Amino acid sequence: MDSKLKIELRTSPHLKQAVTVEQIMRNVVYALLPVCAFAVYVFGISVLALLMVTTLTCVLGEALFCRLSGRPNTVNDWSIVITGLLLGLTLPPGFPLWMAAVAAFVAVGLGKALFGGLGYNVMNPALVGRAFVQAAFPVAITTWTPAFLDRRFTEFIPSTLTAPFMQPPALGDWIEQSRVDAFSGATPLALQKFEQIITPAGDLFTGMTAGSAGETSALIILAGGLYLAARRMMDWRIPVGVLLGAALTSLPFWLMDSVQYPDPLFVLFSGGLMLGAVFMASDMVASPVTPRGVWIYSLFIGVLTVIIRLFGGLTEGVMYAILLGNAISPLIATVTQPRVFGAAGKGPRT
Amino acid sequence: MGILNLLRRNSFEHGVHPQQHKELTCRLPIRRLPFAPVLIVPLSQHAGAPAVPLVRPGQEVVRGEPVASANGFVSAPMHAPATGVVESIQLMPSARGPKTESIIIHVYEGSSQEVLYSAPRDVDSMTPEAIIQAVQDSGMVGLGGAAFPTHVKMKPPPEHKVDTLVVNGCECEPYLTCDHRLMLERSDDLLAGIHIVMRALGVERAMIGIEDNKMDAVDVIAGRLPANSPISVHAVQTKYPQGAEKMLIESLLGRRVPSGSFPSAVGVSVFNVSTLAQIGALLPVGQGVIERVVTVTGPGVQHPGNYLVPVGTPVRFLLEFAGSTPQAHELILGGPMMGMSVASLDVPVTKAVSGMVLLEASDADLREAKVQPCIRCAYCVEACPMHLNPSTLGLLAAKGEYETMAKQFHLNDCFECGCCSYVCPSNIPLVQYFRIAKAINREKAA
Repeated sequence: MDSKLKIELRTSPHLKQAVTVEQIMRNVVYALLPVCAFAVYVFGISVLALLMVTTLTCVLGEALFCRLSGRPNTVNDWSIVITGLLLGLTLPPGFPLWMAAVAAFVAVGLGKALFGGLGYNVMNPALVGRAFVQAAFPVAITTWTPAFLDRRFTEFIPSTLTAPFMQPPALGDWIEQSRVDAFSGATPLALQKFEQIITPAGDLFTGMTAGSAGETSALIILAGGLYLAARRMMDWRIPVGVLLGAALTSLPFWLMDSVQYPDPLFVLFSGGLMLGAVFMASDMVASPVTPRGVWIYSLFIGVLTVIIRLFGGLTEGVMYAILLGNAISPLIATVTQPRVFGAAGKGPRT
Repeated sequence: MGILNLLRRNSFEHGVHPQQHKELTCRLPIRRLPFAPVLIVPLSQHAGAPAVPLVRPGQEVVRGEPVASANGFVSAPMHAPATGVVESIQLMPSARGPKTESIIIHVYEGSSQEVLYSAPRDVDSMTPEAIIQAVQDSGMVGLGGAAFPTHVKMKPPPEHKVDTLVVNGCECEPYLTCDHRLMLERSDDLLAGIHIVMRALGVERAMIGIEDNKMDAVDVIAGRLPANSPISVHAVQTKYPQGAEKMLIESLLGRRVPSGSFPSAVGVSVFNVSTLAQIGALLPVGQGVIERVVTVTGPGVQHPGNYLVPVGTPVRFLLEFAGSTPQAHELILGGPMMGMSVASLDVPVTKAVSGMVLLEASDADLREAKVQPCIRCAYCVEACPMHLNPSTLGLLAAKGEYETMAKQFHLNDCFECGCCSYVCPSNIPLVQYFRIAKAINREKAA
């Protein structure tokens, strides 16, 4: 019987929980798909093209950089697909496709490959890409189009198809032609900041407003987050901390002056906060591993978002807040090492 | 999450929930295994100094006769598991890796199962010191797997006042059911052993902790306890590693053993149920440890079961008796979470071997998956029962910064339960790194 029995030698543990990196990443993609689908439903084929361009560019970029650096091809771990989808979701619906491709290339190259690929990136790659185009194309990235245009499934937004290296056309006339009632071309955040017009929280929650492709429906984003948290593929403390930080920071200002400052509900459901809190701040690689560190990190992002929104020149602060949170997350992890079991003295148990 | 668990039922924070697979054997009564033609009795089956042989090659031995004596206090003697003749004393393969000096006994055909070598005595009239001596003379070691000589644990340092005996019936390793069957079938021996050890320790109460996947055992033992007995039985949450002594003490008593200390520092002594059942059975008749219950199981085994196996039985014999499937791929002595892969079928069952698990290729191949970079998912941080940071420790280990691991990241608190490696989605061999790091640090210190 010895001849039949071929024995492997391993060290314990001999069992393995069956969750792999690929599965985690694939499930994040699953959770993102409804958000993408809703964005396409709201803004039409322009967003579909936008998402396809960012994702494809990211995937091709990943393959290219893996080949250039001689690392094994890591496209099939799905993480780069998340980057591509997230990047597309943070861009305005009519963002020129060639600029989106630039953003995606920077995301994968500067945000991820430069640091050594999956697991080594310091910041969320999608946001690195977006930050780059925010600086490079300041007009295009703040040009918003209305939701629910009649011709959105048959016709591209004119700026989408801008030829490479060309500036997109101004959209004012086109929007007027589209005869959307009372559309000012401004996002709820801009309306609030510059005109003190508060969009109803219900509209924000269900996504009936203008904004970046994926920052419209808090409901669908939350559902995706719940799915991931239930499968333990996302740390629920991160979105909770970010939202809590944002709500608590905006509350005292709103209480002091409810005309100039938005109410906490508006803060939570407007702009990219929900998308950022659920899908971007929670990027495992760029957030701390320590339980106490996770709270500090997420609250920091929430607080900073509101501070930028209220006192900065920009209408939206989520992106920079998360990038800064990513940047300090190694430091946070260092100072919040878990307390070892049975350590002397009292203190937090984890 | 952790806090909620603590409120809901007796448990500790963190840990993992591997598939149990106990249904393979948990309903199968303990069966006696016949003698193998040759038994291999290693002189070092315990932590501490190896035993000193008392026999010469060619000498006849009777089942139960001492064949090696303890070498000092932290050591344990050996007894002949069967009647036969000593063939030789030589180096033989062991589960731990290096070959160890072992007594080879040729078993006489028709050797009786009866133990002739015994000295009945009245345990109730023995002093604690006499009990401790008798436990050492029986060759008792921690049968749960640690193999620490039992009598040493019965003499805690004088500055520690022990008030509670914790009886470990968790059996948190997947697949294993030997302790479960023992609690069901030999609860009288177990309770007798608990009373003996309580007297030796001078404690007023004993708490039995059993994972709540074995409620039948909880009920059986509870049914045997008279009203206001000093012994109580408690169901604890089914979670690995509930049976680690520091975890069980927290689950039952809410006391945390300080980092780097023994349980006696918080007034507790922990004994495994199979150790206590053997003490209860052997001390009154003055016999030594010569056999133990071993769960032979796993998808690669044709006839799984809980077998009463003579110490020294080669794995080959056990394997032939229970049968293996052609897909059998990995042979583990002990449980699959902390047990050891065996390289040679000549490795014998020793006192601390609680199970033999045969995994098939499909189970084992999960670990073949390629190692990916750490994605800082923090699964390991959430799993580590000692509240270490395996993620950071793993990164340091990869860089070879073993001293930093020990000095700043509490490497030495790791008891190698393997939860970190079990959960790691990137297949990073974390606990394996830590073992190497500890070994290198030990070598440097020496």
